[in-house]
Amino acid sequence: MTRLVIDPVTRVGGQLRLEVELEAGAVRDAWLSGTMYRGVERILLGRDPREAWLLAQRICGTCGTAHALASVRAVEAALGVRVPPNARLLRNLVAGTQLVANHAAAFFGRQLVDWVDAGAAVQADAAAAAEFARSLGAEQPIDIGELEIARRRIEATAASGRSGPFAGGPWGHPAYRLSPEADLVLLAHAFEAIDWRRRVTGIQALIGGKTPHPQSFLVGGMATAPPWAGPSKVAPGQHLWGTGRQVPSALTAERLDAMRTLVDDAVTFCEDVFLPDTIAVASAHADWAGFGRGRGHFLAFGDLPEDDADRPALLLPRGRVMDRDVGRLVEVDQSGVAESVGHAWYEPTAEALQRPAESGTTPRYDGPRPPFETLEGFERYSWVKAPRYEDDPVEVGPLARSLVATAAGGGDLPLRLSRAMALTGAPSDAAFGMLGRLVAPAVEAVVVARRMRAWLDELEANLADGDLAVADVSRWDPASWPATAEGWSIGESGRGAVGHWLAIRDRRIDRYSVVDAGTWNASPRDNRGRRGALEEALVGTPVVDATRPIELLRVVHGFDPCLTCGVH
Amino acid sequence: MTAATIQGELGALLERGLSRRAFLAFCGAMTTLLALPPRYAPRVAAAVTASPRIPLIWLRGAGCGGDGEALLRTAEPDAVSLLLESLSVDYLEILMAASGTAAADVRSATMAAAPNGYLAVIEGAVAGADDGAWHTVGGRAFRDVAREVCAGALGVIAVGSCAFDGGLAAATGGTIGASGAGVVAGGRPFISLPGCPVNAANLAATFVHFLTFNELPPADLRGRPLFAYGSLIHNQCERRAHFEFGEFVEAWGDEGAQKGWCLYKMGCKGPEAYANCPAVRYDDGASWPIGSGQVCIACTMPGFWDSMGPAFRRLPPLASFVPWLTADFAGQVLVGGTAGLAAAHGTASVARAALRRRRAARARVAPAADAVPEPVVAVEAPAEPITPAEPNAPPDVAPAADMPAADMPAADVPAAEGPAEDAEDEPEPGLEAEAANPPEVPPEPKLEAAPRPKPVRPPAAEDDP
Repeated sequence: MTRLVIDPVTRVGGQLRLEVELEAGAVRDAWLSGTMYRGVERILLGRDPREAWLLAQRICGTCGTAHALASVRAVEAALGVRVPPNARLLRNLVAGTQLVANHAAAFFGRQLVDWVDAGAAVQADAAAAAEFARSLGAEQPIDIGELEIARRRIEATAASGRSGPFAGGPWGHPAYRLSPEADLVLLAHAFEAIDWRRRVTGIQALIGGKTPHPQSFLVGGMATAPPWAGPSKVAPGQHLWGTGRQVPSALTAERLDAMRTLVDDAVTFCEDVFLPDTIAVASAHADWAGFGRGRGHFLAFGDLPEDDADRPALLLPRGRVMDRDVGRLVEVDQSGVAESVGHAWYEPTAEALQRPAESGTTPRYDGPRPPFETLEGFERYSWVKAPRYEDDPVEVGPLARSLVATAAGGGDLPLRLSRAMALTGAPSDAAFGMLGRLVAPAVEAVVVARRMRAWLDELEANLADGDLAVADVSRWDPASWPATAEGWSIGESGRGAVGHWLAIRDRRIDRYSVVDAGTWNASPRDNRGRRGALEEALVGTPVVDATRPIELLRVVHGFDPCLTCGVH
Repeated sequence: MTAATIQGELGALLERGLSRRAFLAFCGAMTTLLALPPRYAPRVAAAVTASPRIPLIWLRGAGCGGDGEALLRTAEPDAVSLLLESLSVDYLEILMAASGTAAADVRSATMAAAPNGYLAVIEGAVAGADDGAWHTVGGRAFRDVAREVCAGALGVIAVGSCAFDGGLAAATGGTIGASGAGVVAGGRPFISLPGCPVNAANLAATFVHFLTFNELPPADLRGRPLFAYGSLIHNQCERRAHFEFGEFVEAWGDEGAQKGWCLYKMGCKGPEAYANCPAVRYDDGASWPIGSGQVCIACTMPGFWDSMGPAFRRLPPLASFVPWLTADFAGQVLVGGTAGLAAAHGTASVARAALRRRRAARARVAPAADAVPEPVVAVEAPAEPITPAEPNAPPDVAPAADMPAADMPAADVPAAEGPAEDAEDEPEPGLEAEAANPPEVPPEPKLEAAPRPKPVRPPAAEDDP
């Protein structure tokens, strides 16, 4: 039995360490450790609840908008604020952009080189590669010239003796099985994806001023105001020069047009490049359907509200799928969430499982002093807490959301997922493992990108009808708040279910707890010694070459774990 | 490699059918952003297309990873060109193919193959408590890895507010002993690009400056490059005219918000923040926070989570009984004062002379000193003095063309020598001395010489409960 350590696991959010025990060429047991702590929950204490989202957003540079949104929603819930429809639409556009861009980055930026051999790609023939690209779909917008440029770029990078991001990759590993032409097409798409992602996140910049960390959220709505539609006369006493130098307001027609172009661009990219590419990779690895299946419990908090009711309809539905039974949707409520710190570096708690609404965070590091070789033998081994839903370890993320949507019945998402999975030629239950984690994000990106068009239409129609409200400011003044209040919100980041719980006392934050997608998926063992979702999925994964364990990276990256989020 | 092999950025652009003219336009844009004379553009072009590429080791400390994301948002040059052709980004955890020991080997190989020949970039704070046990990479304290990498670097670039001074992890309530990357820079040439996250355009411009001149751009005492952090946001703000005319957003989404009025009353920290956000904006110029209707949170300033917060509390007015005294004017007085301080930094005799001059000045303008009580200036003082070469020069104006053809074009400003913490303590006593003394420019004559056409009274002091 050999113990294998991968630290740092690259191409994930934050600092991830993986230790596995190998037996007969496969993983017998696995431990995941988040090895960087910041303590955002504690830093939030004592601050103005109206600025909490700014700090919460900095939990993650990739999924920050999800935390900002979760935070303003939790404060709004505590204070009883309901946001206007325009604010809901703007928030959905920001969150939708984050989700679509994150999925594309997860596949092209973080997962691709686990499946694609960049070393082989330089041997590809551009003409044959273009032929392969056409076979993926009629609309693949790439030609021989672009492919040849991509090939030369990789070649020049490698030939110069400085391979940059490609340096030290496991090139030539027997687990790579795509043709050099397929490798080249996918890498060329990855280059394109970086540029596309920069452009599409412009939607966040147009609404929020910048990205990462768009800045126009507010407790009560959004700061992004539409142009003044009233009379523009010079009021008495008002200086002419002042009115003549109007600066554009935040939500001009030009900006809405620019967003529409970017949304159309996103739909095209997701439908014509992203989804066909994931299907191509999945169909070439049909034998991987049996790996990385894990325990089979899936949880989605649901997000992207479609109306302004107390319990709005959600584009991504809420619920649970237990034991891979998509025929039955199990209810989900925030009260089912509880965390264990039995194997994490925090003060032990009286109860084995603590609900986030009632618990604090007191770090206490008792792991090995650096430098260290292994965490073996340490009962506590991670900065990630172990959240459980009604005592069950669950998987969250785009696959979980798609399966919950399937269980909820109807809608665009399940239909498209089953169609895409059929195209991979894999067995019918392949969706529950590695192949589902490849394809489901692309399917979801297509669905959300298409839906963003409708939100833009609705927003423009509202503005045209004279509904210019973007914020409810009735509770902006802290004097209007009760002495104590509690609030929570549950929703989704691109990577999975996110919940924020907080208490306000004397107009300051008194308690703050975050449970994030990274906390769910990269969870260590809980009080009963049961592995977290990703630890469980790693068990049984074959490792052909222990010096280059790309099989393990495939499973890890399939979950797209985020440790900055997971630890916070 | 054949003769047709791509040569760097220029080759890539030409291969993609873009004209040399477009490439030179990019170089022109870069020289403008760096506040270089236009005739530097060909030199920038030559540097960006040069071979071999400079290796880059990008380390991620205790931060959110948003600055690495910002790197992928660079538009000019586009991120792929920057990563593959202008630089050799050998170690960048969010992107690199190698993992685990293979990743550490890549890092070591670059350090061994190019001793004193690579750039180190650090994002995120450095965790110092408990021997760095709160943040480990490969079983080692991040702090130790960063020290090792910086020791052999050509230069160290700290990106983002966390690498500047510890940022969020160092805010009140933080427990990891977070500090900025200065503590690991080990005396290597050091520059800091605060901002939450760093503006991708400034990051790219810093790389381009290094490629062009083989050194980091000139910086202030805190290590912030003057081309990006030399001017007050308030002075460059597109909504500034509304401030002058007393047109303020009074509530979110109100008429003022719809008309794009000034956000000062909503808590905007633009009057206290130094950065080029209004001129450069974000995401290829799409927008910036104030342009999207939200207040500035002064994320380029030291300790901004505590020193500039709460985000939505209005800045205290300077003095409700001196209505003409704007933040801008006070800033000029302060900046002028700190420029004097920088000179005093050198020898004790100079300092003593300055003290004598100030005493004389105090004697001359004693009545004016009563008119501007000390606490007023002290309250308004930025947490850290800035010493830009030309405090009032807008950043989008290129320097005069007849500038001496020196490699360091901005000015002979005392750049931060060595780690930032060396310089940290020194300005404070001077600042107090400055605040305790009356401004060099007596305010009374100024009032008489240039009375405001329509004085707008700053809003009354009205703290949030």
